[in-house]
Amino acid sequence: MKTSRRVACAVLLLVLGVSLCAKLVAPAGYARQYREAADAPPSRQHWLGTDEIGRDRFARVLYGTRLSLLLAPAAALLSTLMAAVIGGLAGYLGGIFQRAAMTVTDLFLSLPWLFLLITVRALLPLNVSPLVSVLTTFLILGMLGWTSAARVLCASAASLRNSDFLRQARASGIPGARLFWIHVLPNLKPVLLAQFWISIPIFILSEANLGILGLGVAEPMPSWGSLLKELEGLVSVGEEPWKFVPLVLLVAVVTSFQLIVSKQEEFAV
Amino acid sequence: MLGRKIARHSVAIVGTALLGGLLSATMVRLAPGFDTDEAQIDSHLNSGSLRALREARSQQNNILVFYLHSLKRASQGDLGSSLTLHQPVSKLLRERAPLTIQLIGVALVVSWVGAMTMALSAAGLRLETYDAIATVLSGILLCLPAAVLGLLSVLWNTPAALAVAAIVFPRDFRYARNLLGRAYSMPHIITARAKGLHELRILFWHVIPVACPQLLALAGVSVSLAIGAAIPIEALCGLAGIGQLAWQAALARDLPLLVNITVLVTLVTLLANTAADLIGSMVGSEPA
Repeated sequence: MKTSRRVACAVLLLVLGVSLCAKLVAPAGYARQYREAADAPPSRQHWLGTDEIGRDRFARVLYGTRLSLLLAPAAALLSTLMAAVIGGLAGYLGGIFQRAAMTVTDLFLSLPWLFLLITVRALLPLNVSPLVSVLTTFLILGMLGWTSAARVLCASAASLRNSDFLRQARASGIPGARLFWIHVLPNLKPVLLAQFWISIPIFILSEANLGILGLGVAEPMPSWGSLLKELEGLVSVGEEPWKFVPLVLLVAVVTSFQLIVSKQEEFAV
Repeated sequence: MLGRKIARHSVAIVGTALLGGLLSATMVRLAPGFDTDEAQIDSHLNSGSLRALREARSQQNNILVFYLHSLKRASQGDLGSSLTLHQPVSKLLRERAPLTIQLIGVALVVSWVGAMTMALSAAGLRLETYDAIATVLSGILLCLPAAVLGLLSVLWNTPAALAVAAIVFPRDFRYARNLLGRAYSMPHIITARAKGLHELRILFWHVIPVACPQLLALAGVSVSLAIGAAIPIEALCGLAGIGQLAWQAALARDLPLLVNITVLVTLVTLLANTAADLIGSMVGSEPA
């Protein structure tokens, strides 16, 4: 393992570990308001100061990090599974199924990712509970992000379709469904893993984009997107530099994922 | 051969754009709250006006009928009227298109000039430090959400086109650097270098022709990237372009406007990719 990848893994584990201990590190929680100290600068009580309604920014960063780091992989898992079933099955079955699946993926891919994401999210209800908004945001990411992975998986499955071992298995009378689950899918594992890892940083960034535009996770629940929305009110960078902590953390985490992904990318194409 | 390819691509473009429009119309129709209109609770309207409003809305209930009617009208040059802005869609698009075209055009030029200059110098010079600096710079930009770049552009008072360019640049640079690096390590180019051929001659006669089809494909993808980035940037920077219009249309569930913008975006993306593909296949067929 290269040093850079080791450092990336360490950064990810550290950030994930600290965010998972959010209840211990910041027991007051992300929603408690310190009204006497609204919009306060960093202090001993509030390491990163407080936001405009007096909530501890450090606690919000920890809880927001936890949310993004746990749900982005969940969304990536969903999209990878959808890609495996749709793309893998289409490639394995071939013919009209493959053409139909590729038409759908072409349609989705012809729309820019951010355009599609923003449009779909804006069309869904925005005035919902925080939990529903979290689920909606990450479900959308998972359900829209499968198309490019499906294309790769379809091509991989199509190349397996006429391989000798599958012909032999087919000739032995193994049913089609069993062939797909037992023989085709396990052979797609490296591609699936690569697609899963590639999707995580994309989904983290997409959630941040939605959050900044006010389409992400609803208040009072924090996420990287809603935390970055605070940058909107800044007049200069040097004025309140602690507001950039979520951005620094986001860049560190996404960079770490990119470094880990760089090894996986060779399987993805 | 080329004629058949162009015809095949044209059919695919028209089909996909029409499907894209239908998809967006279906999404808007199924979106919660589509049936409600704030005008219906306006106390100044009499029962006749309210009935007319409800009838106008009910015409959009059957999505297929609405879409076919829209297509028929569009073929006569009428793209319908925006439900929220109360203006013809064609007028709105005409008014806002120049700003978006300028934004995307400038961003693409800046990002491509930057990416190609850095990729060519990184691949040609083969200096590890330079390569590392360029990779780190593009890596950082790659990790920034488009909306953050929009906010920073407002904060630093820089042109919005620079923010869009900063989104397109790292993808272009990384791909172009890998392509050129691979081209420079080909045996005939190493031989040419060993024989003392001038660097510029190697670049224009041997490297560029090899990488050209894939670079052109990258150019097609860049257009799609820039269009996607223009939406949050225009929305956050308060620029009255098509990106901001799309944003407003989605939030207001403005069916006629959103369907037309989706078809337009799909068409532009597909045309850019197809043009890149066709030019690439023409260039690629020539011996390098």
